[in-house]
Amino acid sequence: MEIATAPASKAFGPPVSPRSVAQAMARPSRFGDKAFEWLTFAMALTVAVLVVLIGWELWHGSVLAIKKFGFHFLVTSTWDPVADQFGALPFIYGTLVSSLIALLIAVPLGIATAAYLTELAPLWIRQPLVSLIEMLAAIPSVILGLWGIFVMIPWLRDYPFAWLKRLFGWTPLFGGPIYGPCMLAGGIIIAVMILPIITSVSREILRSVPDLQREAAYGLGATRWEATRIAVLSYAKKGLFGAVILGLGRALGETMAVTMVIGNTPQIVASLFQPGYTLASVLANEFTEATTDIYLQALFEIGLVLFGITILVNLLAQLLLRTIATTSATRAVQ
Amino acid sequence: MGPQFEWCFRCVRRVRTLKPCSVDAVRTLKHETENALRFNGSTRQRFKGLEASCHTKVTLNFLTLPSALRQAAKSMKSAKFAPKILATMLLVGVTATASAQMMINGAGATFPYPIYSKWFDEYAKVDPSVRFNYQSIGSGGGQKQILAQTVDFGASDGPMSDENLGKAPGKILHIPTVAGAVVLTYNLAGNPSLKLDGDTIAGIYLGQIKKWNDSKLAALNPGAKLPDQDIVVVHRSDGSGTTFIFTDYLSKVSSEWKQKAGNNTSVNWPAGIGGKGNEGVSGQVKQTPGAIGYVELIYAIQNKMPYAEVKNSAGQFMKATIDSVTAALATAEIPDDFRFSMTNAPGKDAYPICGATWLLVYEQQKDPAKGKKLVEFLKWAAKDGEKMAKDLDYAPLPETVQERVLKRIDDIKM
Repeated sequence: MEIATAPASKAFGPPVSPRSVAQAMARPSRFGDKAFEWLTFAMALTVAVLVVLIGWELWHGSVLAIKKFGFHFLVTSTWDPVADQFGALPFIYGTLVSSLIALLIAVPLGIATAAYLTELAPLWIRQPLVSLIEMLAAIPSVILGLWGIFVMIPWLRDYPFAWLKRLFGWTPLFGGPIYGPCMLAGGIIIAVMILPIITSVSREILRSVPDLQREAAYGLGATRWEATRIAVLSYAKKGLFGAVILGLGRALGETMAVTMVIGNTPQIVASLFQPGYTLASVLANEFTEATTDIYLQALFEIGLVLFGITILVNLLAQLLLRTIATTSATRAVQ
Repeated sequence: MGPQFEWCFRCVRRVRTLKPCSVDAVRTLKHETENALRFNGSTRQRFKGLEASCHTKVTLNFLTLPSALRQAAKSMKSAKFAPKILATMLLVGVTATASAQMMINGAGATFPYPIYSKWFDEYAKVDPSVRFNYQSIGSGGGQKQILAQTVDFGASDGPMSDENLGKAPGKILHIPTVAGAVVLTYNLAGNPSLKLDGDTIAGIYLGQIKKWNDSKLAALNPGAKLPDQDIVVVHRSDGSGTTFIFTDYLSKVSSEWKQKAGNNTSVNWPAGIGGKGNEGVSGQVKQTPGAIGYVELIYAIQNKMPYAEVKNSAGQFMKATIDSVTAALATAEIPDDFRFSMTNAPGKDAYPICGATWLLVYEQQKDPAKGKKLVEFLKWAAKDGEKMAKDLDYAPLPETVQERVLKRIDDIKM
């Protein structure tokens, strides 16, 4: 008990002879450490093996389709299960365009929200707002999809879409009739779904920007906006980019809610008011009822393409995060 | 009690405590002493910074696994747990007997799932020694699983193709169970009643009839006020038996449809937007003025949606009802292998867009005991089960077909 009451500084006090140390404590066995190391290594390996297995399984399941359609699968746009003609281009296009729309909406919104929460918001409002945003992530996607059909689409069609058409109807982007379900609606629902992840990751990154940065900017006579822009946002921009890539990774794979509002028509048209289709949606839609071999194989190949795109995006994210590993911003991401 | 080890939470280093103590401060300081002792000279210098930022609080009682185990062992010894252990053993025993019940596995179509689960429920009262496990994974999955022999029976909303049957290791029998109709529901101001024929439905779904006041539609509906409004065509985006029935009908009444789109669980749609599931299509129709879509009759009835009368091959406009579907079944041409299509049936009272659903079983059963129980169930379903169909808005098989089905079930060999 004497030791307990001694001040902490004394622990480093007068040197103790090595000999007495050896007597006092035998070096503890390293078995536990080793076991722990191997156990976690095995776990990590399982994940890696799982990813490789999924890839192999998708390849194995689609080998007939790959042989039959070859590269044409990626560049043709006919999807005809009756005639067994399959091309994935409209789905790839739909996946990329809807994700892009989602990012265009969610990134400014998410980062601005994060900046407000870390830099400007009064302290009492921060925690409730953060909880609300995180609650958005907890809504099941099928609920979001039904909300999309019954609430969002009728409203979008009657107000924002009609307004966009009046203003920009002359451009090909907003041409053609408005049905309601369309590429733009799909992008908006994805934006709603990826907003929480972008916001909370961005918030963590901005929070980890050292106060010294801000103080230095204020010291130089910067206004609040300048301090946020120069000292905070630009300092954290790599980390923020990582947050965006994480959001994109999720956007590519979103399925149920998108399927319910995107219109499910495999076509490539400029107008965002026209229905589209995504890779994940066609899988969700057609996998259960695919009866012929080549049909199923083509769907497997769709899965393989989606897998490839997702992995590519994730690799990109890993690479980006590694380049900023030295900055404190990464601590928040990891 | 010998020396004990615990962990410092922050620097993840083991801390040695000579006797167990619950005061955190004690451990903290001991930890520091130990590090100070172990890292002499330069090593000590190197770790000094780390140590300074560490050990502010070490609360890791939950990681002291050995002592936790010891405690658990102690409490296990005490007599008061004995009844609980006994109860657990008893429970295990009960589950063991339960699994001795025969389990018959099936998988497939989603459309007949409500009536199948009702049958399984009721049949448990007839024969408590059998239990059914049915996974409604879709017709495609049902066909695949019966081919792979991973289930005892499959279920499908469409008959199996010759190609798929060729892959089977034995002869697969199609046992029709119930039938249902597909109706065209629409969203028009004032909900006028609507009459359609094969030609106009095909024209709408091919994208050729674009306006509600098209002359072809007006000719079929002389009294109705049809607006000058675009028709928004809605179809199922997911593969489904409903689509199979609908496209089967269109392929029969329109050669152009047969050539351009054809018949399958999902097709290359010439026009329209896709909604997922019955709820997706009906949601789209309800939300879009001027929309038309096809859904299962049950769904339209339950959701009080208006649906069109369709002209049958005898020239009569028929409303889809359970009776008009059974009438279609009675007049449809049904071959001996029961792989039939009942769309556009010739009967005067028949509704033209409807289809049956099938159970798929092997003629030669591998497991005699299981096969016997399965046959008993199929016979019960064909006789008593059919009586429950109407309550659940399915059309039962007409008696003539029922007799043929019962005869076919007798062909199953053990």
